[in-house]
Amino acid sequence: MDPQRKRKIRLVVALSAAVLLAAGLVYTSFTASSEAKEPSQLIDAAPGKSYDMTGKVVRGSVRRNGDSLRFRVVDRDGSGPSLPVAYSGTVPDPFRGGREIVLTGEVEDGVFVGEPDTLVTKCPSKFTTNDG
Amino acid sequence: MTASLGSAALALAFATTVFAAAAALAGRNGDERWLLASRRAVYGACGLLTLCVVLIEAAFLGDDFSFHIVEQHSSIETPTFYKLAAMWSSQEGSLLLWAWVLSIASSLALYATRNRLREIVPYATAVMAGVASFFTGLMLFAGGVNPFATLDPAPADGVGLNPLLQHPSMMIHPPMLYSGYVAFTIPFAFAIGALVARRLDASWIRATRRFALIAWAFLGFGLLLGARWSYTELGWGGYWAWDPVENAALMPWLIGTAFLHSIMVQEKRGMLKVWNACLIVATFSLALLGTFLVRSGVLQSIHAFGDSTVGPYILGLIGVVLIGSTALIVSRLDDLRSPKRIDSLASREAVFVVNNLLLVGLCATIFWGTFFPLISELFTGTKSSLAAPWFDRYTTPLAILLVLFTGIGPLLAWRRVSWATAKRVFVVPAAAAAALALVLVLFTDAAQEPWALALFVFAGFSLVGLAQELWRGAAARRSLSGGSMPAALVAVVSRNRRRYGGYIVHAGVAVLLIGIAASSSFQTKRDVELRPGGSATIDGRAVTYVRPTVAADPQKLTFGAVLAVRQGSGSYVLRPSRRFYRPTGGGAGTIASFFEGEATSEVGLRAGAGSDLWVAPQPDIAAVQRRARAADRGFRACVSGAPGTPAQCRAVSRLMRAAAANPALRPIALRQIEALQAATAERIAHSFLAEDAPVTFRVIVNPLVTWMWIGGLIALAGALIALWPARRGRRLPAGDLELEALKEAKYREIRDAELDHAAGKLSDEDFALLDAELRKEAVEILDLGNGAANGHREVVERPTEPV
Repeated sequence: MDPQRKRKIRLVVALSAAVLLAAGLVYTSFTASSEAKEPSQLIDAAPGKSYDMTGKVVRGSVRRNGDSLRFRVVDRDGSGPSLPVAYSGTVPDPFRGGREIVLTGEVEDGVFVGEPDTLVTKCPSKFTTNDG
Repeated sequence: MTASLGSAALALAFATTVFAAAAALAGRNGDERWLLASRRAVYGACGLLTLCVVLIEAAFLGDDFSFHIVEQHSSIETPTFYKLAAMWSSQEGSLLLWAWVLSIASSLALYATRNRLREIVPYATAVMAGVASFFTGLMLFAGGVNPFATLDPAPADGVGLNPLLQHPSMMIHPPMLYSGYVAFTIPFAFAIGALVARRLDASWIRATRRFALIAWAFLGFGLLLGARWSYTELGWGGYWAWDPVENAALMPWLIGTAFLHSIMVQEKRGMLKVWNACLIVATFSLALLGTFLVRSGVLQSIHAFGDSTVGPYILGLIGVVLIGSTALIVSRLDDLRSPKRIDSLASREAVFVVNNLLLVGLCATIFWGTFFPLISELFTGTKSSLAAPWFDRYTTPLAILLVLFTGIGPLLAWRRVSWATAKRVFVVPAAAAAALALVLVLFTDAAQEPWALALFVFAGFSLVGLAQELWRGAAARRSLSGGSMPAALVAVVSRNRRRYGGYIVHAGVAVLLIGIAASSSFQTKRDVELRPGGSATIDGRAVTYVRPTVAADPQKLTFGAVLAVRQGSGSYVLRPSRRFYRPTGGGAGTIASFFEGEATSEVGLRAGAGSDLWVAPQPDIAAVQRRARAADRGFRACVSGAPGTPAQCRAVSRLMRAAAANPALRPIALRQIEALQAATAERIAHSFLAEDAPVTFRVIVNPLVTWMWIGGLIALAGALIALWPARRGRRLPAGDLELEALKEAKYREIRDAELDHAAGKLSDEDFALLDAELRKEAVEILDLGNGAANGHREVVERPTEPV
């Protein structure tokens, strides 16, 4: 086979492999992702669907009972109605009232039930004025 | 006063960088005076920015709270060590750090090339000075980010540095990352210079290779430190979370890795020129993107850096860089074409191309995942994000292939390898890998995690291959000059630093990936609730909660636990704790606030070569908090001085009444009340000792995780070896430097080939062919130097030094 042709074939094979892989990547990313919502959008969300909830923990609302934790969250800008949250397990260090968190879970009877080990607390900002 | 001096220095630095860029462009046709002026202006800007940094640091050390930056990020109580580091925990301070490091790197680069690359340097200077003026200008004009902003009147104390950031690695993690980001500016600037000047040989690469390697090492070390900080300080026990800000630092590192490999192909073979130009543009853009991401609030990150004024400007710069560079590369496509082709798939350059594709693929995957919230919003209208499992699924196979190629690459010689030779060098590593696979499957449960098993086997292949390389190199050296094997090993490494430094980096990366694979696939994690005296067994370790401890100091209240661990026949004690930082910023708060402030975990860690035991406690302090609230109620009753106030309260209420009448007494009264509250909080904290309260311990057994840190350090050491300058030969007149560098590079290639031949990587026929080719190329270079006109030909002698 002449080298020119060989190169072309090689290129086509490589490119189609790349396209295939990319397609797989794109497809799975749309199916594997969970919708990001703020608390006010979840107040009357349908049960049985997983969401990434991003909100701000209401100060003074954190109640710990043994291993389980109850608190309320509001939208990140502090507005809107608050949503009760149930979570069990240990929480990251920065977790406390007034902090922003991201939690994956479902809404059950008006309560957002978080999956264990999915709670991330945003690092207290380095680049905003400290209001925590 | 110092603030106005600093502002003036900053403004002057801005003007100087603008001048440097303009002067460099004015001298683009080789006007010596303009070039000298621009170089000196860059040195000057470096001096001015150094002054700015010194002034800011002095303000931090001297508790000058009239500086807004000091007031926001430090306090009297902040330990001195962290006062020094507080500068870069602020937005404006980190921008200053960017500009300062850039000015240092630019000065070094211009000093190193002061007599070289006449056509390229003016444009490169313009790019470097342009970027520097962008960042200094940002501080001056963007609003709200001037590090010399002041407060009038100056407050008595500052807010303090967030306790989470008070960790030794936070002192060096950000400057490392920034230095990495910033140093990539240098190869980028010279690449642009080369493109504009159409000097598209490898001269810009030779001049800036070291900077690229330094940038790469800094960025990698910064990533490692960040992971270490997360592991030991954040109390969740992980070191990587695929968070956007982490990804933002990883992406330029990956592309930078690809760049460092593919520039070797351009240096040696004159190929991949377009690819290299694209890679360095991508690396620099990604570094800017990282700088942008932490400041924009565009993506949800656990590093909740707020929206700020500078985001759009940086985005604008990225746009300019991408559009400008793309246009430039397209306009130079004809000059960038290389007539050469890769000779064989069994050659090092072919493996480099594969490794480049893998690295770029890895980066593209991470990029897609990181920006998926924006992509999905664009297409579906809702912001959706991808979690760690998605990233793991795609990056794992790519990482496994990469670790395989870190082993294959070094085994192959440049240009071509006959299959017979290839087989010979692959036999030992392949056999070792097969044996390893057998052992792992038979004697461990590694087979339950096929991906991890594959990684272990491939990493084993690579490590044995690298060891074989070192061994054969040393043996070849020894057969030439005798001596002992260790001496020969040291000699061959120190004479071929780039080559063996690179191999050591590969070994480090393989070890690091083993640590990651083992600790993420075979980790045991449990949350156990224990009361004093209780115990639990986790993965063969009997953990007993012996007793609680409480400690108080001016900064914090610490609730600790003494844990006795029995493991096999040995036993040891761990003392993890949870710290509650006191409210800062002055003013009397409540006693309850002592238990509601910033809290951090001090992890109990027993590191070992086999596995780590990691424990973080979460004490149930509900009862303590109840007591604190009750104390607050009592305190308020005291202060109000209502009828029936208990006797011990009278002094307080008298003090409060006196202060109300006489404002001069207020600060004294406040201090006394604060002291009283602190003492009460400490007493209440100590009540925890007697109450037999439960503590939730997160216990993690992490196999082989220590090797992740060791691997990182090995890689860093390898990078340092590769960077270490070779002994300089004789000095040459300025004009010949470039030619000399070219000659030097060709000689090195000849030496490399001889070493490969001696080490058995090249068969006799392959070597004869290659050697003839290289010598012909060397003669061409010499002809260039001697002026082909007089027809004089120098004989290519043996390279100056033996292998």
